Amino acid sequence: MAYEEPEAPHGRFSKEPPIVVKGLVNRFGDFTVHDGLDLTVNRGEILGVVGGSGTGKSVMMRSIIGLQKPTAGDIDVLGRRITGVDLDKRIGVRRRWGVLFQGGALFSTLTVGENVEVPLKEFYPDISPQLRREIARFKVLLSGLPEEAALKYPSELSGGMKKRAGLARALALDPELLFLDEPTAGLDPIGAAAFDQQTKDLKETLGLTVFLITHDLDTLYEICDRVAVLADKKVIAVGTIPELLETGHPWIEEYFNGPRGRSAQAAQTREQSD
Amino acid sequence: MQGALTYTLDDDGAGASRLVLEGQLLVSSVGPVEAELDALDPKFSEIDIAAVDEIDTVGAWVVSRLAKRSDCPITGASDTAKHLLDAVADTVSDGDLTPEHVPVWERVPLLLGGKVYQARSGFFGVVSFLGAIILGFANLARHPSRVPIRAVVRQMEMVGVSALPIIGLMSFLIGIVIAQQGAVQLSQFGAETLTVNLVGRITLRELGVLMTAIMVAGRSGSAFAAQIGTMKLTEEVDAMRTIGISPIERLVIPRIIACTFMMIILGFYSSVVGIIGGAVIGQFALGIPFFNFLERIQEVVPLHDVWVGLVKAPVFGLIVALAGCYHGMQVKGNSEEVGLRTTMAVVSAIFAVIVLDAFFAVFFTEVGWG
Repeated sequence: MAYEEPEAPHGRFSKEPPIVVKGLVNRFGDFTVHDGLDLTVNRGEILGVVGGSGTGKSVMMRSIIGLQKPTAGDIDVLGRRITGVDLDKRIGVRRRWGVLFQGGALFSTLTVGENVEVPLKEFYPDISPQLRREIARFKVLLSGLPEEAALKYPSELSGGMKKRAGLARALALDPELLFLDEPTAGLDPIGAAAFDQQTKDLKETLGLTVFLITHDLDTLYEICDRVAVLADKKVIAVGTIPELLETGHPWIEEYFNGPRGRSAQAAQTREQSD
Repeated sequence: MQGALTYTLDDDGAGASRLVLEGQLLVSSVGPVEAELDALDPKFSEIDIAAVDEIDTVGAWVVSRLAKRSDCPITGASDTAKHLLDAVADTVSDGDLTPEHVPVWERVPLLLGGKVYQARSGFFGVVSFLGAIILGFANLARHPSRVPIRAVVRQMEMVGVSALPIIGLMSFLIGIVIAQQGAVQLSQFGAETLTVNLVGRITLRELGVLMTAIMVAGRSGSAFAAQIGTMKLTEEVDAMRTIGISPIERLVIPRIIACTFMMIILGFYSSVVGIIGGAVIGQFALGIPFFNFLERIQEVVPLHDVWVGLVKAPVFGLIVALAGCYHGMQVKGNSEEVGLRTTMAVVSAIFAVIVLDAFFAVFFTEVGWG
């Protein structure tokens, strides 16, 4: 049984920001990861989150989806307070978001199709098995996998296919909010570009808000509406890439104007002039 | 009701009807209505979704499915709805949804044949595993500096030292039970003093080693299978190979050495604690003073009983370690396999130990160590 109370309106068209983080503090022993972090994600945007390794991008995401209890601070997701609520207590927003973990985190004893059916079965038991299977299949196709993949087990899939299958499961409930943790890491450039395009398409078709952790500069340039930079235990800047560059922060400069940043930028300029 | 989906049918007078959907066409609301819609007369002339306020891909799928069934147009779609219907239309497929179902009379022979075939490759697997271990030992004998001393010591600690309390407790209780039950039966012949013989011989010859082997199989054999199996899954074993470290030398051999040697000590320790347990019962229930009981043990237990136990112990230890490591190395695929292989390691180790114990019993009697 799902432990969420029936959440009444979907609120797909309400305008309030889906994620509001205020004064987030995360501390592990003596080690402070976040110290007074603030972040607001607007509805219908793709927000890219960047930061060096170990700056706590994943910890921030885990805090927002309620897997990590922050030391202090308030987090509101889809108008509900996440902080101060027991992890497994009813939050009522779980059916309105989808999460793609870094490695896909598929249930290894279920086929891909069954993986996609799990959230449907859990939250909407009144959907008939036949329809549920059909939904699972078109979600698998929507995520860019071939149809046969639905009958395969995760161990039979490549890394990229696992990510797509994870995306299919994250999209199972038609969420309003999608969390992606390094979706293109470990994909070949063609696969990564296709994944980016797909994320953008999904956002446009379904009106999703996407919270995207990435190191992929191409992804940042191609599909992100805004980028949040994590450094010094805080979000030091949020905005479009030109806006970020105006801040003149040395880390941001280095990140976007390093050799890789420049080539990604050039690629985008080329594309726009085409 | 807010958030619900309702439908009405307008008869268009030409034998078909127009389906009008109203409200929210979402994953949260289609469930209850979908079955009713499915059961309706399959001929619609048109599906009107102009009154639908919200729609998502699941809703779009349900509508397009209905439309396809009666081959009718969808009207009144908003821009979002059109977008979604297009997205869903790209994914239409007639492929089979469920894995092929094989009937029982085909499945059983298939399964059986598969097992027989697996038994063959399993046999080859065991033989090549044993071969690899012998080769590993030979390599280590040629390059003694490569012997992973630290790993051996660490395994000895885990298999042997940390097992002392639980094996001690178990043996003590078994000694008590044998002395107590034996005394009850022997007193019928007025032979309570023979309880000493019973406890001494049975713990040193049989139970001390056998129970210890079962305990070690449950404690360490399972741990070997689970540790090595998890390392296989996380590709640690492959990583070792690429660095040039042989997993047999680094993972399997230390466990085999540790388990074989520690079983000798644990088996003997278990017998001794069992005798102490018997002596405690002798003191309190049978009126045989504690130290008299121990002295009598020396007189009535022939020395070859100790040797029988000491010969069996390393063999059992070897079997437990081999079963654990073999099944660990066989893990592939998913996390479920680790659990399966761990169970198999314990079951096959205990089974082999008991079979061999029966063999030893006959053998030692035949050679005159009855």
